[in-house]
Amino acid sequence: MDEFILIFRHEDGMKVASPEQIQAWMKQTMDWIGGIAAQNKFVSGNGLPFENARVVKATDTGPVVINGPFGDIKETLGGYIIVKAESVEEAVEFAKGSPVLQGEGNSVEVRKIARGDGTH
Amino acid sequence: MQQQDLIPGLFRTEFQKIVAVLCRSFGMENMEAAEDIAGETFLAAMETWPYKGIPENPAAWLYTVAKNKARNYLRRRQLFTGKIASRLQQAEQINEPAEIDLSARNITDSQLQMLFAICHPAIAAEAQIALSLRILCGFGIEEIADAFLTNKETINKRLQRAKEKLRAEKVAVEFPAEKEIDQRLATVLTTLYLLFNEGYYSESHEAVLRPDLCLEAMRLTYLLLENKSTNQPAVNALLALMCFHASRFPARKNKTAGMILYDDQDEALWNYELVARGAYYLRQASTGAVISKYHLEAGIAYWHTIKADTAGKWEAILQLYNQLLQMEYSPIAALNRTFALSKANGKTAAIAEAEKLQPTGNQYYYTLLGELYSGINNDKAMEHLQKALSFARTAADRQTISRKMDGLAHQTDIE
Repeated sequence: MDEFILIFRHEDGMKVASPEQIQAWMKQTMDWIGGIAAQNKFVSGNGLPFENARVVKATDTGPVVINGPFGDIKETLGGYIIVKAESVEEAVEFAKGSPVLQGEGNSVEVRKIARGDGTH
Repeated sequence: MQQQDLIPGLFRTEFQKIVAVLCRSFGMENMEAAEDIAGETFLAAMETWPYKGIPENPAAWLYTVAKNKARNYLRRRQLFTGKIASRLQQAEQINEPAEIDLSARNITDSQLQMLFAICHPAIAAEAQIALSLRILCGFGIEEIADAFLTNKETINKRLQRAKEKLRAEKVAVEFPAEKEIDQRLATVLTTLYLLFNEGYYSESHEAVLRPDLCLEAMRLTYLLLENKSTNQPAVNALLALMCFHASRFPARKNKTAGMILYDDQDEALWNYELVARGAYYLRQASTGAVISKYHLEAGIAYWHTIKADTAGKWEAILQLYNQLLQMEYSPIAALNRTFALSKANGKTAAIAEAEKLQPTGNQYYYTLLGELYSGINNDKAMEHLQKALSFARTAADRQTISRKMDGLAHQTDIE
């Protein structure tokens, strides 16, 4: 069994959705994660709030600190969860259930986590 | 108290107090001597009381006899070690044995310290529970064997191994150091939680519920609350959970000792005083920044004390299960979460989730699927219930599942 990180990229929900939509989206996310945990496949996860975020960028004149957005607005990192899966296909099946994907242009990136034993 | 209940009653309350105090004074390595002395004290009562009459204060009588016996034991031991010591030419001071202190204060302290000693991380959980029942709750070997669905020999061996381990690890009867307390308390809570569950989900053929095990677990948890450094949010949450569960004892049992499932329970039989106690401890638990699994489980149990089926209730239960499973997976929590999902989000959503779960190797998984499919696809529901029936081990379980099958057949007839 390997561990995979599912990385969510989406717009800042606070800006595009109503409080009711955010509430519904939160419930869907909690139910989605609960469903993974009920299969004993959940490892950990966290949201990455959009406020108080900075990007430190290399330029000719040295590092420059900028406030968000970070690149394309749809490609901003919004959070992640780590799951256990037998294969990348299984991890992808989990990713498909993510409520993040209800927003057009949003994405979930699936990456295997190196085992740290030198073999990957 | 009835005459014939006097000795068993005293045994249940006083045996463990005497053992705890003596263990603290003798050291854990002499636990058996402590048990022997406590046992002999009761033997002395049985030999004396029928002829001389029952003393005015039976507990005080027992304490005096136990004290004398302990003093003799310590003298003998000192004489013996003293002789060996002089032979080895080690000048060891021989003092008069310290007075055995059976004051209420020292009894409570000793019991708490014994609780920590027995719930030592070096001892297997199963052995911790058996040892707790024996030493802290005064249960007989036969009663413990009954609770674990096994025989006396197995329990004796288990206790023996645990005692050897306590000796080998040199576990002291003392309060853990301040910086260790959180970690050690976690083990104690796990044992008390398991002890309670052993009674609440008893698989013993004698009864589907063992309130005595549950009440002992509650008494020991309460002991932790009475002590300042162990009166912590997680301990309050655990006692809240136990109170909520215990409030449903009478409603859960039917006359033929079968289990009455939640939906069929008569809430008039729920003990609302215990519900209120539970709510009180849950409020006490709501401080600090750490949410324990006991907080979440107490929250779930709290919602179950409200019988009315509102959407808000099941949504709250679902989210608590979502959190609980992220903290600690268990097959039964996964099934319960799926049931809550069916109430909050509908049966179709729940069926999709249920089919992703690993079958639990017992009737519960199939009972849930039977429940979810009923009204959606009754043939499939019946199939699952039949499978559940083939897994059921006790008559009570078979009865419950058969009743569901009858209900389903009846429902299909009407359609």
